[in-house]
Amino acid sequence: MLETFANLAHGFAVALSPGVLLYAFLGCLVGTLVGVLPGVGPLAGISLLLPATFGLDATRAIVMLAGIYYGAMYGGSTTSILMRIPGEAASVMTCIDGYAMARKGRAGAALAIAAVGSYIAGTASVVALMFLAPPLAHFALRFGPPEYFALLVLGLLVLAYMSTGSMLRALAMAVLGLLLGMVGIDQMSGFFRFAYGVVELGDGIGVVPVAVGLFGLSEIMLTAGAAVPQEVIKPRLRELLPSRREWREAWWPIWRGTWLGFLIGIIPGSAHIISSFVSYAVERKLSRHPEEFGKGAVAGVAGPESANNSATSGAFVPMLALGVPSGPIPAVMLAAMMVHGVSPGPLLIRQQPDLFWGFIASMYVGNVVLLILNLPLVGLFVNVLRIPYPLLYPAILTFSIIGVYAVNNSVVDVWIMLATGLLGYVLRKLDFETAPIVLGLVLAPMLELSLRQSLAMSDGHYAIFVTRPISAVLLGAALVLVLLGLRPLISRGLDWRARLALAEKGEPS
Amino acid sequence: MTVDRVAGVALGALALFVLVESRKLPLGTLHNPGPAYMPVVLALTMLGFAAALVAFGGRAPHVATVGWRDWRHTAAILGAGAFAALALERLGFRLTVALLLLVLVGVVERRHPLTAVAYAVAMALGTFFLFNTILRVPLPRGPFGL
Repeated sequence: MLETFANLAHGFAVALSPGVLLYAFLGCLVGTLVGVLPGVGPLAGISLLLPATFGLDATRAIVMLAGIYYGAMYGGSTTSILMRIPGEAASVMTCIDGYAMARKGRAGAALAIAAVGSYIAGTASVVALMFLAPPLAHFALRFGPPEYFALLVLGLLVLAYMSTGSMLRALAMAVLGLLLGMVGIDQMSGFFRFAYGVVELGDGIGVVPVAVGLFGLSEIMLTAGAAVPQEVIKPRLRELLPSRREWREAWWPIWRGTWLGFLIGIIPGSAHIISSFVSYAVERKLSRHPEEFGKGAVAGVAGPESANNSATSGAFVPMLALGVPSGPIPAVMLAAMMVHGVSPGPLLIRQQPDLFWGFIASMYVGNVVLLILNLPLVGLFVNVLRIPYPLLYPAILTFSIIGVYAVNNSVVDVWIMLATGLLGYVLRKLDFETAPIVLGLVLAPMLELSLRQSLAMSDGHYAIFVTRPISAVLLGAALVLVLLGLRPLISRGLDWRARLALAEKGEPS
Repeated sequence: MTVDRVAGVALGALALFVLVESRKLPLGTLHNPGPAYMPVVLALTMLGFAAALVAFGGRAPHVATVGWRDWRHTAAILGAGAFAALALERLGFRLTVALLLLVLVGVVERRHPLTAVAYAVAMALGTFFLFNTILRVPLPRGPFGL
């Protein structure tokens, strides 16, 4: 315990140095803008802005990218409340009651509750991250290739199980991502696979062009054709203070959302999206006035907003401690860390304490920065939404091209972005989730290497995966998930994923 | 034909393509996998999922119900992106982006020509200054150092 606080003090010394603080502030500011803009979610935002961090040292770069991540999570709530447009998917639930509050003239109060709830959730979940990640990393030192293989298989299955809609579709998309990850030089034999003479594909298909294509480009393709001017409710600064009754109604949902979000965040999957749905359902169930939900219930804003911000920190636990991303956003963060020569995993905390504890401390600082930034500047951010989309999307396309090209100075990456953009557009039209593709792409090399190393260790005997206790338990859990996933095929009823998918579309289940 | 069945057929075709292409690489053995081993395992898994999508996809929405009315914008964005990929290292960043924005804003979105020109030039110069000069991200220059 004392050691943790000593490390944290060291982290604050790093995070509060003017250079790092400036980049935390910049990250939060840009992230909020990214979250406010429809069509640029946190994933595309981090990918696009990765080249902007190339000139920085690893600590500043990671602090800035993390600032973009949670800034985008905050910013997403602004458009949800003021326009009924979720800036990113996790803010879908905030649209319902947040916009209803805005229509009643309580837009400022809704924004303040969302910001304070996010601040409390963000801060509390960083405390949990701080205490959970080091022991988990210590435990993970026992992991060898068979355990990593089992963990990665479990991670992919959990992601598929936690996806909205059909598990079968999600698994097919994860395998598509794994297949894309097979392109390039085979790490063990040096053979070129599926490169067709394109030298740039030797290092494999990059996660940045795929993420920007699937999430950024496909979004502007879907939105540009359907651009309809939206009414923007502009709150006044003096309306930002919620009433005493509103604070009372928000208090417990904020704390429930915080813990729920953190726990869901650790589990692989689109945690920040699922956590906001679960929190909304829990609040409605616990409320004495469930009939108010959908008509401007304060708990309907406080719970989901806290949950999705808390899940953001939760998602960093497996990434920092195990080096295994739990979803597409941590996967891109992991890729970004690798670009800067940082390898997250059990040894990170021991080998690079400056970076780890500086990062943790910067999350505390970032939450304060966001609280200070979001409320007074809400009017400024809202003005961004007044830019007509026909002028906005060409600019987003330009940033996409810069972001993707600059990672490797390669036009091949721009072509990959265009191809995956078209793929994402078609898949989203057909209602397929694209997040498992990104995770599959990132995990493919790790999965293949751990499988082949395990077989080399066991002299080719597959029993190694079930005779080692940790890997046997992880694979057992994976099997349980497969069986749970098969249940709706047998019962032919709507399971929770199908109901969630209907809720996302605004249809009754 | 439902969306699941269309997707199942497409993913199945991709899996078959991977299986055929993997024949060019050593497969190895079950106990000592070669470079083609993992792609083959994944392609076979994908084939299984594709078959399941076709088999159980009868209740999914019909593909004709999917709206494709935004295809013009999609084609324009893809075309602009393809132009950028071809021109970026030949014409340089500023010229490429200015032409790309001019076409998207002036032709596709039918904004006033002066607005389109002003927007295209300002964005091309502004983004170059921001990324290349301030953030030191090297962006390609074309003829005459543009």
